[in-house]
Amino acid sequence: MITALANPHRFMVFSRIAAPLLGALAAALILGGLALGAAAPPDYQQGETVRIMFVHVPAAWVAMMSYACLGGASFFALVFRHPLADAAAKAAAPLGAAFTLLALATGSLWGRPMWGTWWVWDARLTSVLVLFLLFLGYIALRASIDDEAKAGRAGAILALIGLINLPVVKFSVDWWNTLHQGESIFRAGGPTLAPVYLLPLALAGAGYTAAFLALWLVRTRAEVWRRRAESLALKAALA
Amino acid sequence: MSPLSALFRRELALAWGRGGGPMLAVGFFATATTLLPLAVGPSAARLAAVATGVTWVALALASLLSLERLFERDFEDGALDLLSLGPLPMEATAAVKCLAQWLANGAPLALAAPVAAVSLGAPAAAVPMIALAAGLGGLAFAFVGGAGAALALASRRGGVLIAVIVLPLLAPPVIFGGAAVGGGPAAGAGLALLAAYALAAVALAPFAMAAACRNALS
Repeated sequence: MITALANPHRFMVFSRIAAPLLGALAAALILGGLALGAAAPPDYQQGETVRIMFVHVPAAWVAMMSYACLGGASFFALVFRHPLADAAAKAAAPLGAAFTLLALATGSLWGRPMWGTWWVWDARLTSVLVLFLLFLGYIALRASIDDEAKAGRAGAILALIGLINLPVVKFSVDWWNTLHQGESIFRAGGPTLAPVYLLPLALAGAGYTAAFLALWLVRTRAEVWRRRAESLALKAALA
Repeated sequence: MSPLSALFRRELALAWGRGGGPMLAVGFFATATTLLPLAVGPSAARLAAVATGVTWVALALASLLSLERLFERDFEDGALDLLSLGPLPMEATAAVKCLAQWLANGAPLALAAPVAAVSLGAPAAAVPMIALAAGLGGLAFAFVGGAGAALALASRRGGVLIAVIVLPLLAPPVIFGGAAVGGGPAAGAGLALLAAYALAAVALAPFAMAAACRNALS
C-alpha cells in the first residue's frame, strides 16, 4: 500500500478520491458519536460534563497518533529521501499541533467543572503540553530554513529525535508526578467506562482519526501542488 | 598528535579562550539567580523553598547560551567543511565539540550552581549533590543542545530557534536533576536517571549532530 502510493502520480489519483471519502466518513462518525453521546445518560458522578469526553479523549488519541505519523513520514523522508514523505511530514506537523491544542483546550474546559481548575500539573496534561511544544519546535525549525530540501532533512532529524525522546518524556513526567503530587485531586480508581459511553467514544475516536487522515491527505496534496507550481514558476523564469 | 586530540585542543581553546569563555555563561547564571529574589521577595523561607529548582532551571538556560556558536562559527568560516573532509568521522567531530563545550561551560557552571543554591537558602549538606547533578546535567544539556545547534545551522534565526527546539527535549533531565538536587527520598533515583539520560545523550546525539551537519553542508 505505502510502496504503491510512494509514486506521486498514483498518490495524487488515490488521494483525490480518498480525501473527500474519508472526510465524509469522519463527519458521519463524529456526528453519530456525538449524537449517541448526547443521548447517553449523565454520569452519576460527573453529571452532564462527561460528554466533554467525546470531544476530548479522541483529540488526545489523534494528537499522539499524529506525532507517530510525523515520525514515520520523517523516517521515510530521511532514509529513502522520498519527496512525498517529506511533504507528508510537513503537512502532518500543523495538524498534530492543532489536535494537541484541541486536546489541551477541551481538557481544560473539562477540568474546570470536574477538578475546579483550568489547569493542573498532572502527568498527562504536562506530557501533552510537551508534545505540543515539540510540534511547535518542528514547525519553527522548518520555517526558519530557506532551502526546502535542507529544511526537510533537518526537520526529519528533529522529528526522529523527538520520537526517541517522547517515551522518555512520558516516563519522566509520570515519575515526577508521583514524586510531587501529595494530595490527589483525582479519584483513585474511578468507575470503568460503561458500554453506554464506550460506543460513542469509539465512534468519535474513529471519526477523529478519519478526519485527521482526510486533512492530512488534503494538506499533503496542497504541498505537492505548491511544489509543482514553484518548479513551474522557476522554469518559466529561466526560460 | 592524533587528529582527535588536536581537534579537542582546538575546540577547548576556542570555547575557553574566546569572547569571555566560561565567564559569559557563569555571569548569565549568576545574574538570573540574582533576579529571582528581586521577583519573589527577600523572605528566606520562600526563597529556600524554590532555591534548588530555580538553580536547576537557570543552569539549563545558561547552558543553552553558547550553543549558537558551537557549529555556526565553523560553518561560517568553512572550518566545518574542512573537518568533514578530514580523517575524523563527523560523529567524532561533533562529540569532541560537545565535550569541549561541556568542559568550558558545563564544568564552571557545575561549580557555580552550589554557590547560587546555597545563597538562595538551600542546605549546605546539598552542595556535593548539586555539584554532581549539575556536572551530569551539563553533559546532557551540552549533547542534546548540540543536536539542536547542528539542526539550526543554515537557519535564519539561530539562537532563539535552538532554545525553542531544545527546551522541550530537556524536560527529562530537568525533572531528574530537579529531583536529585531537591533532596528527599527520590534524590538517589533522580541522580541515577539523570546519569542514564546523560549517557544516552552522549551515545546517540553525535549521530543526529553528524546527520544535521552533513545536511547543512550539502
